[in-house]
Amino acid sequence: MEEVLFFTAALGALGGALGVIAMRNPFYSVLALIVHLFSLSALFLLLTSAFVAAAQVVVYAGAVMVLYVFVVAYVGGGGESAWEPIPGQRFLAPLLGIALFVELSVAVLSSSLLALGTEGPDVPAGFGDPAAIGHLLLEKFLIPFEASSILLLLAAVGAIVLASNRREAS
Amino acid sequence: MNTEWFIVLSALLFATGAMGVLIRRSPMVILLCLELMLNAGNLALVAFSRMVGNGQGQVFAVIVMVIAACEVVVGLGLIVAIFRRRLPLNVDDLRELRG
Amino acid sequence: MSATAWAWLVLLFPLLGSIVIGLGFRALPAKVAGVVGTVSIGLAFACGIGALLSLLGEDPEARHHASALWDYASVAGLDIKLGIFVDPLSVFMVLVVSGVSTLIHLYSYGYMQSDEGYHRFFSYLNFFVFSMLLLVLAGNFVLLTVGWAFVGFASYALISFWYRRETATRAGMKAFVINVVGDIGLVLAAFLIFRELGSFDYGTVFERAPETFTTNEWSITAICLLLLVGAFAKSAQLPLHTWLPDAMEGPTPVSSLIHAATMVTAGVYLIARTHVLFELAPTAADVAAFTGLATLLVAATMALVMTDLKRAIAYSTMSQIGYMIMGVSIGAYSAGMFHLMTHAFFKALLFMAAGSIIAAMANNQDIDRMGGFGKAMRFTSITFVCGALALAAFPGTSGFFSKDEILAFAEARGGMYLIFTMLGYVGALMTAVYSFRLVFRVLPGKPCAEAQELIETGHVAHEAPKNPATGEAEDTDVGFPGSEHHIAEQSAPMRVAMGVLAVLALVGGLIQIPGVDDVVTGFLDPVWEGSPLAAIEPSLGQDYVGLGIGGAIALLGIGIAYVLYVARPELPGKLETRLRPLHTLFANKWYFDEAIDFLVVRPALAIGRFANRVFERLVVDGLVSGTEGTVRGAGGVVRAVQNGFVRSYALLLIAGFAGLALYFLLSSS
Repeated sequence: MEEVLFFTAALGALGGALGVIAMRNPFYSVLALIVHLFSLSALFLLLTSAFVAAAQVVVYAGAVMVLYVFVVAYVGGGGESAWEPIPGQRFLAPLLGIALFVELSVAVLSSSLLALGTEGPDVPAGFGDPAAIGHLLLEKFLIPFEASSILLLLAAVGAIVLASNRREAS
Repeated sequence: MNTEWFIVLSALLFATGAMGVLIRRSPMVILLCLELMLNAGNLALVAFSRMVGNGQGQVFAVIVMVIAACEVVVGLGLIVAIFRRRLPLNVDDLRELRG
Repeated sequence: MSATAWAWLVLLFPLLGSIVIGLGFRALPAKVAGVVGTVSIGLAFACGIGALLSLLGEDPEARHHASALWDYASVAGLDIKLGIFVDPLSVFMVLVVSGVSTLIHLYSYGYMQSDEGYHRFFSYLNFFVFSMLLLVLAGNFVLLTVGWAFVGFASYALISFWYRRETATRAGMKAFVINVVGDIGLVLAAFLIFRELGSFDYGTVFERAPETFTTNEWSITAICLLLLVGAFAKSAQLPLHTWLPDAMEGPTPVSSLIHAATMVTAGVYLIARTHVLFELAPTAADVAAFTGLATLLVAATMALVMTDLKRAIAYSTMSQIGYMIMGVSIGAYSAGMFHLMTHAFFKALLFMAAGSIIAAMANNQDIDRMGGFGKAMRFTSITFVCGALALAAFPGTSGFFSKDEILAFAEARGGMYLIFTMLGYVGALMTAVYSFRLVFRVLPGKPCAEAQELIETGHVAHEAPKNPATGEAEDTDVGFPGSEHHIAEQSAPMRVAMGVLAVLALVGGLIQIPGVDDVVTGFLDPVWEGSPLAAIEPSLGQDYVGLGIGGAIALLGIGIAYVLYVARPELPGKLETRLRPLHTLFANKWYFDEAIDFLVVRPALAIGRFANRVFERLVVDGLVSGTEGTVRGAGGVVRAVQNGFVRSYALLLIAGFAGLALYFLLSSS
């Protein structure tokens, strides 16, 4: 059962990702990413991290993707031409992608982390649920939490400044 | 499922995202590809968190999501600004760095 | 007041005068500037007398004082003070310099009257006197060098005073360049002295030198030879003399003050001042003595044939300085300084008289065109004759006593030094001939056009002034004697100055009659205390035999000149044709200019051209354009990478990341 779920979700995630980079129209790319994100949240659930999975769906697939859709609708989709102006880019980019994948896999799998071959220890009920994460965030990781909230605020202000309609005096 | 499956999948997603950054020319799609890479990272974090049976990795994943949200906000702001200035929405046409 | 306080005042007044005139040239009327200039030098002279009296009031042994105003530089072992050194030698020089300068300022007051650059002239002249006094009073080699360079600059500024005249500016540059050669010698000597003795102060240096050096050690010889380079350049000795005749382009008071009476004798003073060092390096002293002798003879031959009035006197100056250099180098210190003093009197006087005549001739200096000024300008002629008599060492005049002192000393020293006596007398004969050649060519005879006009109307109107050397019209806007005449007959200040000097030239020698009063020797003797050479003294018999011979030679020379230029005026022409090669040699100044041009200037130019053509083109340009090409090429390569495609950069970034990861994987496995 678990294997079936994993491979389905993995196929969804991978397919979504390939869709993102393959679709000519940005709008379709966004839709593919939503598929990818839902699959990922399923994977998170498989890893017994309910809060992350929920956040993935609510924040990403919900809010962020809506933002994307709005922007795409605003600036207009319009596919990009098939013509590649940089010589070798079409050829080198996949090559490097494959190299990265191989290197990362080798790096992790050949490491001496013995636990890699296991599912991990048995965890108590409530592992990864909102309460546990909330405790960690507010007790152990209070400062990163606050820092990230300030970062969010700054990003919001920055986005307003960047996208505002105000014309420069010049 | 063993953790290594998740890790390999994460590496594959990351490589896909990187490839997308290199191939696509629309800034919006490039942003999407960045999301892919970040999410691949998240997957690895959560997988390792499960592997050691410790919730801390998930906290990092949450914070990475926050960072991703910030990046999206700023990136989309930039795209809107570019669009407003009637500049082409194509990273190849923005060649100020040309030597 | 102490002697040093007087000495500081001596320095102060000319400097003040120079600054006041230089800055106040718009505010001050011309006459006031002249008065300020003259009075400030006069005050300096008065302070010099004050210093003299203050010194005389002391024990002869204690007549030397050092005084410092403040530290000029004080670092690691180097201690230079702005200090002066007052002893009989420096006070003697102060008196000569400021005394003669006062008279020459007075003369300039009349002579430069119609010149547009009147303020500038007096400012420069005061600055010169200040520099010269600084040179004389300096208490260490650093300040000496400063004064030395200052007088060089003042000389340059005053030679080129009429700066619209090309020959004048060229002469100024020539003088400056040659003087800088001398400055370099002096500076190097000072460095060597500091290296060997660890001090620049006169007192310390002269105290330590005998303990540090053995006689004729290479380092002391090198020091002395470098000092001599400085002395020769400043005092126009062979082969660095070529600037002096050209320096006659300056106004006549300048020739009189700087290029006859004071600055050119700085070399003599330098040798006398550093006599302690020269006694330790007899070889260098001999070099100096023989150079002096050579200059004395060579310059005398040139003076015999020059047809330019001022240049003839300039060569005579060189020749007389040759006597002095010779004197102080062989050990006749007091005698050399005494000759310096009398020479200042009679040579300044000769130049003044020549200036008066040249003004009457509308700046024409050619003695072939002159004649009959004896009638036209009586006062000038009398003073001219007085100067010439003293120069020719006519018995009883100042030059008679001073020149003989030197030659008698050489005789008393004996040995090789007898050569100096004998050739010195040869020089004396030539001196008498050339000085009276000038007198007989200019004063008696049929008056030339200008002299005739002067006799008839008392005034000469002449056309716009022309450069005697090139015939160009002069630019009188920026300072040039206009068409007015400034001759002694019509200008009281000039008359006073020339009168005083004429009296001094005639009787100035009486203060130092051997065996009778010996004022100069007595006063200067404490300076040479402990010097073995100064202990040598000609006996009275030698002195008087020498005086007798000298007087006879002077009379003989004047007689020869009379025969050649008055009694049988056709003779010089005949002699000239008979001795054609010799005359050509003399008239072309022994080809010194050409030799220097050939030996120094041309090689230097050739080296410069070579450097420009080969070194500059190939090496420097090669290096530069090679570097440029390399950078450009490398830039081109890098530029290809910088194509501006952000995705390209991203590709490189990821490629780098992949490569790095590969490296770590390979190195960890």
